[in-house]
Amino acid sequence: MFKLEARPQASLAMRYASPAIAVVLMLIAGVVVFSALGRNPIEGFQVFFLNPMRDLNAVTELLLKATPLMLIAVGLAVGFRANVWNIGAEGQFLMGAVAATAVALAFQSSESALVLPTMVVAGAIGGALWAALPALLKTRFNANEILTSLMLVYIAQLAVSWLVFGPWRDPAGFNFPQTEMFSDAALLPMLIEGTRLNYAFILALGVLAAGYVFMERSYTGFKMRVAGESEAAARYAGYSAVTTIWIGLLAGGAAAGLAGMAEVAGPVGQLTDKISSGYGFAAIIVAFVGRLNPIGIFFASLLMALLYIGGEQAQQYLSLPASISKVFQGMLLFFLLGSDVFIQYRLRRSARQ
Amino acid sequence: MMHCRALIRMGCACAAAFAASWISGAIAQAPAQTPVKVGFVYVSPISDAGWTFQHDQGRKQMEQALGSKVQSKYVENVAEGADAERVIRELAQSGNTIIFTTSFGYMNPTEKVAKQFPKNDFMHATGYKMGPNMGNYNARFYEGRYLTGVIAGKMTKSNILGYVAAFPIPEVLQGINAFARGARSVNPKAEVRVIWVNSWYDPGKEREAALTLISQGADIVTHHTDSTAVVQAAEEKGKYAFGYHSDMSKYGPKAHLTATTHQWGDFYTRQVQEVIAGTWKPMSTWGGYKEGMIKLAPLNPAVPADVKETVVKLEGELKAGKFHPFTGPVKDQSGKERVPAGKVISDDELGKMDYYVEGVAGNLPKK
Repeated sequence: MFKLEARPQASLAMRYASPAIAVVLMLIAGVVVFSALGRNPIEGFQVFFLNPMRDLNAVTELLLKATPLMLIAVGLAVGFRANVWNIGAEGQFLMGAVAATAVALAFQSSESALVLPTMVVAGAIGGALWAALPALLKTRFNANEILTSLMLVYIAQLAVSWLVFGPWRDPAGFNFPQTEMFSDAALLPMLIEGTRLNYAFILALGVLAAGYVFMERSYTGFKMRVAGESEAAARYAGYSAVTTIWIGLLAGGAAAGLAGMAEVAGPVGQLTDKISSGYGFAAIIVAFVGRLNPIGIFFASLLMALLYIGGEQAQQYLSLPASISKVFQGMLLFFLLGSDVFIQYRLRRSARQ
Repeated sequence: MMHCRALIRMGCACAAAFAASWISGAIAQAPAQTPVKVGFVYVSPISDAGWTFQHDQGRKQMEQALGSKVQSKYVENVAEGADAERVIRELAQSGNTIIFTTSFGYMNPTEKVAKQFPKNDFMHATGYKMGPNMGNYNARFYEGRYLTGVIAGKMTKSNILGYVAAFPIPEVLQGINAFARGARSVNPKAEVRVIWVNSWYDPGKEREAALTLISQGADIVTHHTDSTAVVQAAEEKGKYAFGYHSDMSKYGPKAHLTATTHQWGDFYTRQVQEVIAGTWKPMSTWGGYKEGMIKLAPLNPAVPADVKETVVKLEGELKAGKFHPFTGPVKDQSGKERVPAGKVISDDELGKMDYYVEGVAGNLPKK
């Protein structure tokens, strides 16, 4: 009865508007969800979406939660735009955290101002090296990077687990799986005293800006975009597919590694086996909700952080189950994909046979 | 005149006394009118069985016992990374007088928030840090393990007992060793085989490990992980199993012999009562049978009467504090004496346990 028909020209304005449409639809559906759960939708809306922004402290928590998401997502976007599918940011995040921890533990008694910059570099290199493995396997053996990068996540998790249960275990920690707390020289300074928001946020903004310049303004970025839109065209133009793969994966790895560094040197202050809260996977959603665009990613990461924190608030103040966060995330993605379909296609009533 | 004056005086005194009693009564009642707020932080969703489920049962029991005097809130599925501190602080900020954080990974965040909120009280489960307004608590799970070991030792035919374990930290090793000692106390031929799954919650891996142990000849299996997969695997294969954390009998009605269950309700009730009375002080509590923090689930009818009798007797001794599962001689796998005969292991030694006792097969994962 109905069929989807490709639009001759998909509206560019609508393409950028679709995340906003998705958010509005999510909020409308949210009213239904809150009502169905027997809660006042206005109160639900207030606790879920406004409480996480109610004062300075709450806003800094929101930015803190969004920081690793925006870092990882912008790195992934570089690859995703060129059809390089790095699904293993979680592992690269962990390896960045491991590399930064190695530096922190080696200079535990040092008060040098160089410890922290070294950790930043180590974090980026750690993440990039972990992403180099799928790049190598892809360029040498044509192994699918989706599979290899994903499988390396599990290896990274076990490596972290081995380190914190074994050689790096805090000797005064009763055999529990964690390193010593880092010394002050290895901790990121706070951006606003009295909050947990640290300089990693500034770093993330810098990486977003760098990502913007690279993807929108550089020749290499252009070549990678061409590769993403049409592999044949890129080949015809003589753009190296190998370079595209390497840059795509290394950028994602380095950014994820930075995020890992920012977590151990930031709010956690040590390496544990629970260091990541699934940021590497959540960032994939952020990258797509943000349209693979650094400005979009900035807002998308804030939105995702809001959904996480709003979920906690809904539990505490409305006694709703923890899965409420996931419900809203799911609705957001659903409406986003739905809007995209109708931007690319239109619904036509087909003649009855 | 005198008479009249006396009457007036008496009347005044009466009125004063009445007023005084009314005021003092009102003061005494005042705290009862505003319930004490209690916060809980859970590491996983509550679900139907397991670590967090038991804590939530404890919370409910506490609420029931104290009625309108308390009001409790919980936040579940809080990751042990950077998120924990925010959740704990939010609970403190919104007026929860005492906050229970129920997983090891919350220790450092709890400590940080406790320092920022000196007027709130904090209790952290399974850790070791203390502060002027922060205590910690844990249960002697190994006591229940010893009892299940006794049942296993009596009931096994193959003399091979399977144990699916998460990570080789002291708490898990205490359980394995107590289980082995219980089994060997009634059956010197019994042997415990361990498979490490390197995860607290991974039903797939836990199931696989249980099936491997069963295929190696284990006819009774148990686990120190958080799902019900091992009990379910035993049920499928027609073997016996012991649950952990919760009574898991509904996941394996035939297989489930009993379970070492965690009972936090009385402890939470006592803690909150002390907060209400204003007598709460940070303490380090490590309670077992004696304190009612450990209990076996009802025994399966398949457990023979004489075994049941032994278990009931041992339970009585544990409750009375007359028996300790690690009473010397305790020898490790290599035959080295860890606790001399006649001595009882110290809590400090238990907290650092890093060896298998005699009767456990295989090697402990190397550091």
